[in-house]
Amino acid sequence: MGDIVKQPGRLRPAPENFLSEEQVKAVGSGRRDFLRKSFLVAGAALAAPKLVRAAEGDPNILENPAWTTSLGLPVATNPYGMPSKFESQLLRRESPGLARVGGASVSFAPLQGLFGIITPSGLHFERHHQGWHDIDPSKHRLMVNGSDDSLLKKAKVYTLDELMRLPSVSRIHFIECGANTGLEWGNVAVPTVQYTHGMLSCSEFTGVPLKVLLEDCGVDYKKARYVLAEGADGSSMTRTIPMEMVESGEVFVAYGQNGEMLRPENGYPLRLVVPGVQGVSWVKWLRRIEVGDKPYATKDEAVHYIDLLPSGQHRQYSSIQEAKSVITTPSGGQTLLDKGFFNVSGLAWSGRGRIKQVDVSFDGGINWKTARIEGPVQNKALTRFNVDWVWDGSPAILQSRAMDETGFVQPTYGQLRKVRGTKSIYHNNAIQSWKVIESGEVSNVQVL
Amino acid sequence: MFRFSKTILVFALFSASTAAFAFDKYQGVGRPATPAEVKAWDIDVRPDFKGLPKGSGSVERGNEVFEEKCASCHGSFGESNEVFTPLAGGTTKDDIKTGNVKGLSSGELPQRTTFTKVATISTVFDYIQRAMPWTAPKSLKADEVYAILAYLLNLQEIVPADFTLSDKNIADVQKLLPNRNGMTTDHGMWPGAPAKKGGIGNGGKPDTANKVCMKNCKPEVQIGSTLPDYARTAHGELRDQNRSFGPVRGTQTLGPEAAKKAADAGTLDLATKSGCMACHGMKSKIVGPGYSEVVARYKDQTDAESRLIAKVKAGGQGVWGSIPMPPNGHLKDEDITTLVKWILSGSK
Repeated sequence: MGDIVKQPGRLRPAPENFLSEEQVKAVGSGRRDFLRKSFLVAGAALAAPKLVRAAEGDPNILENPAWTTSLGLPVATNPYGMPSKFESQLLRRESPGLARVGGASVSFAPLQGLFGIITPSGLHFERHHQGWHDIDPSKHRLMVNGSDDSLLKKAKVYTLDELMRLPSVSRIHFIECGANTGLEWGNVAVPTVQYTHGMLSCSEFTGVPLKVLLEDCGVDYKKARYVLAEGADGSSMTRTIPMEMVESGEVFVAYGQNGEMLRPENGYPLRLVVPGVQGVSWVKWLRRIEVGDKPYATKDEAVHYIDLLPSGQHRQYSSIQEAKSVITTPSGGQTLLDKGFFNVSGLAWSGRGRIKQVDVSFDGGINWKTARIEGPVQNKALTRFNVDWVWDGSPAILQSRAMDETGFVQPTYGQLRKVRGTKSIYHNNAIQSWKVIESGEVSNVQVL
Repeated sequence: MFRFSKTILVFALFSASTAAFAFDKYQGVGRPATPAEVKAWDIDVRPDFKGLPKGSGSVERGNEVFEEKCASCHGSFGESNEVFTPLAGGTTKDDIKTGNVKGLSSGELPQRTTFTKVATISTVFDYIQRAMPWTAPKSLKADEVYAILAYLLNLQEIVPADFTLSDKNIADVQKLLPNRNGMTTDHGMWPGAPAKKGGIGNGGKPDTANKVCMKNCKPEVQIGSTLPDYARTAHGELRDQNRSFGPVRGTQTLGPEAAKKAADAGTLDLATKSGCMACHGMKSKIVGPGYSEVVARYKDQTDAESRLIAKVKAGGQGVWGSIPMPPNGHLKDEDITTLVKWILSGSK
């Protein structure tokens, strides 16, 4: 249990930041009148008239702060703006012990502190297979060829100059690593939503539909039913993509992300966007597209990203990220400040289309309440939901359950394990549970 | 006559450009790839061995190349679990007969190795060729890839010690892979055409069927698992991973020593960003020596700091083995000094 709070329904006035660590602890130990005293003590440390004033109200109101009584900084002080210095805690982080080499690891997005549906580009989760590079766009090329000459009229090479002349699309899509929540297949393993669900991000991507390029090369759709996408990094990551998705127009080669160019860690200057499909197929630093008549069984679809079943068989070419949701506030590793009203907020998404409904339970799944969905709800994009909750200070288990437009409903752990066992690693879309205890501390539990 | 054929030609071109879709519609965009360019990049090898280069390599030669270029990460026998999960082990003679690795379902396997999983030998060839060795991908010649693969197959007791793998016999080896029958595509998670229409999978039919229930959905809540104590603190101070204001606070999970650890993590972060941790472990060797090994070697040398600073800058070879450390001219002098001091002080 955390040191901050051990009493239910504790009251904490706004000016928390002038309490010392010890004072905060004292509050936690149950001396509830301490706050009032500390208010006075804090005031007493200042000049006497201020003590009087402190008793009259909040010094943050009674005393105009420095930013209200002085000149601020000029424009373009920061030519590329950065978050406030008070936001330094929300960073992408690694999960210790998950990978032993940073070049083949994961950093998780801090979902516990994000709002809405767009992931700030600098907090977008990372997964690299052989480290990342900041590629010189003037030297980057995209080649389109065929596994044999009969599948394409001519193999072509495109520069960024050329790709950016072509008709473009801008679309908001989620990207989720197939292994997101993979640490939790067998049992609870990690404390916060950053580590349970943080291999998830959502951006507006801008680029050229792949079908435009394939048709520019004279693809023969009758014969070429698969696409191999290949990266320019050391791993030259490859994945097989079905031509049906390309023909539908939804697969595109993207250079833009949230209004600017892609970040290097996210594939600058070119990556593939394969909506609804696990992140590994969104090949970064995209250098080559090959059209073929058969799937490729690449390393990341024949050794990794295959789902082990209880029978001992592995599911191969499992690609779609099925409907899933998670409550991000409050979530594991957080402590509620007080009993009373809370806006419970979370994210829902489906690789099969739009989110239709999200329900939230406060009693571990016995009773449910339909959440408000923040629109417009987009295809294969994160969708934000909110629901009112008045916490009475007693234990609770919070869950969210997403349903997508196909009518598919996110499964419970019990349902998922019944068909897929506990060793799959990939595609864990089970309902997440957060347990709230009397102290307000929220922790990760699994409800079957 | 000349004029007539020209007209025909123009007509033919016009027809082509108004085919089902607009081939060559985007004038001035892109150019044909030359055969040499396609050859340079199109290195993928498919399960039907399309794309496989000609060549051969023996188990013996593979042993040599593996020891030189692969063993530092994978262990001499592909067994190491230090840097990556093991390549070899976990299969039996019987698995080679059936094509299904029994340990995957019996629960006898402590850990899945590459050869307990992979069903297509082309996958391993393709990956070694495109991505290995770790710090110098695409530097292996085709014969070396064959040799390394032959050595791995021998470790797995799939081929004998005097075997030479080549483009001629690789299809025969495919028939001996221990998990060659271990893949299923009977699932609903392939986003393309289903198997019955020549594609993959069952056409998108999910394997779970939860229902929307709103009231009294079950008699009781069954908890399957809660957060173990070690996991609560394993991810550092959670208070510092949340905003210091808002409806919630991060739960305090660590004591006051957390601050010191965080400072050390800062230098570790610098080491990671500078690329050091790709080759050096805190304690043990990855490609280069572990930091505690460095401390042990230099502990009595008064000029250790200046010597190591010079070494990090210029690179070196021979002190710890044949794999060279690359020069690090891109790092700032002050960062190199910070890193070397940190390493020599026990990197704590």
